Amino acid sequence: MTEGWRHTAKPFAWRRSLWIAALLTPALLVMVLFVLWPLLSAFRFAFYEFNGLRPSGFIGLENFRQVLFEKPYSDWTWNAFKHNVIAFLALMLFENGTAFLIAFALLKALPGHRVHQVIVFLPVVLSAVIVGFLWKLFLHPLFGLVNQLLGLVGIGAIPWLGNEHTALGSILFANIWHWLGFPALVLLAGMQRISKDVLEAARLDGAGDLALMTKIVWPLIAPSVTIVTILTFIGSFNWFEIPYVMAGLTGSPGGSTDVLGLYFYRTAFGSTTTGIQDFGQGSALAVLMFVFVAGVTAIALRYLRRREIEQ
Amino acid sequence: MRDRGETIGNGAIQLLLAVNAVIMIYPLFVMVASSFKTNAEIFSSPLSLPTHFSTANLEKVWTETNFVRYLANSVGITAASVALILMFSTLAGYAIARYRFRLSSLVLMFFLSGMTVPLKLAIIPLFIQLDTLGLVDSYLGLVLVYVAMGIPSAVFIMTGFLRTLPRELEESARMDGASELRIMWSIMLPLARPALVIVAIQNAVPIWNDFFFPLVLITSDNLKTLPQGLTVFVGEFTTDWGVLFTGLTLAALPITVLYIVLSKQFISGITQGAVK
Repeated sequence: MTEGWRHTAKPFAWRRSLWIAALLTPALLVMVLFVLWPLLSAFRFAFYEFNGLRPSGFIGLENFRQVLFEKPYSDWTWNAFKHNVIAFLALMLFENGTAFLIAFALLKALPGHRVHQVIVFLPVVLSAVIVGFLWKLFLHPLFGLVNQLLGLVGIGAIPWLGNEHTALGSILFANIWHWLGFPALVLLAGMQRISKDVLEAARLDGAGDLALMTKIVWPLIAPSVTIVTILTFIGSFNWFEIPYVMAGLTGSPGGSTDVLGLYFYRTAFGSTTTGIQDFGQGSALAVLMFVFVAGVTAIALRYLRRREIEQ
Repeated sequence: MRDRGETIGNGAIQLLLAVNAVIMIYPLFVMVASSFKTNAEIFSSPLSLPTHFSTANLEKVWTETNFVRYLANSVGITAASVALILMFSTLAGYAIARYRFRLSSLVLMFFLSGMTVPLKLAIIPLFIQLDTLGLVDSYLGLVLVYVAMGIPSAVFIMTGFLRTLPRELEESARMDGASELRIMWSIMLPLARPALVIVAIQNAVPIWNDFFFPLVLITSDNLKTLPQGLTVFVGEFTTDWGVLFTGLTLAALPITVLYIVLSKQFISGITQGAVK
């Protein structure tokens, strides 16, 4: 690629190396100090006992044993994990399902479709803290917008965030409202890459909207579905901000909205209810979450890529 | 027959989109409208428009809270982080894209692998690292974390873009005896502006909105960012909904205005990576 100037630069080889090194140094330095080193330490720390902020002794797999098998830690871990799994399934079905319908509707490019893209993506640019607090106010049992609107059609006041059966679902709803535009526009971009000829040919063969959606569009956007699925999975298992804002650090009521992100934060940095912070156990949780997410992502990518090729 | 089916189909689609647009916009509309209401008005008639535009809430937020300080902190931290990300990733991307050297692909691989690292999960060692450097509870500590988080994908985008620039420009400048620095600064980088805009938006939005890292790293009230400050603010005014809605509206305002002006760039910047 640089054949032309290589020989002209040869006499200045050391100056050239120095120049290249100078260009790379700032970025590499930040990466080594604040990504590579912390990441390697994170794995190491999981095998240590901690005394405050400093590791005090190697204890092998003890931290892992505690968070996975020793009560009450194991109960907290599995309870939180269960909610992450529920969140992933619910987001796949409701968020991505709705996003798919909206993308398909936008693909028709009917009047107003550009404005709609801007509208559906608007909450995506807002902070999860704003979205969380907004919906917390709206879901207030007495004065919240949701119950006020439901009251108009005669439905009584429901304590959305105060009831163990509705809290997680309510938080998921706020999350879907926040993020819907992202999968919608990613799937739309996938649909827009389908060649016009294919869609036109299907139309001429008499395919209706439903057949077009299920037989042509769905199989042909497999690569976009793969990306959306993987990002939803990673997002579901790193979920933290909306549950923190709407249900608090302990996943109230009664741990019914606790997720791994909250549990990890409580373990690592302490809270008024769980007491002291434990960097060793926290590191073990972080390693488990990382290995789980990376492992499942790798396996899922292989499966989803194969599916893309078959279709 | 087909035409009629088509018309009904399109009507159903427009109805679906209209309902969705209302669900997306109406909550934000209520938020803004409520910020002009008194507390009593919000509780007694939450669905109605404000009877008169009261700016009492606004004055309260401005004078009785640290809101302006939080806003200024967020602006400063976002601007500094994005500036450093642009600078460092452009330099590194330029080296990888425009020069051939032995470790070039290894260096690129190193940056790319950084894209897969969820830095949140390394928060414990990161916290200890910053504590050792005396950077916990400081702007610099937070900015360095954001820069580290932004560099991998920024280097990826900049390298990809800088590779597409024609070699002839560079060659002829070199023939004229221009220094490498001059060639980079005055000839190549001005051409990289579109990629710089994408990188800037892609990083500015998550940094501006971030809550997790300030929560862990910042404890002084005077250093808190806007999302973090909102949690303080909500704790103080739990029952004063007029003030709460005003705070949320003000917090949402800057990025919403920017988004409406630059919606195309925002959408392509944020979905970049998921859309190929």
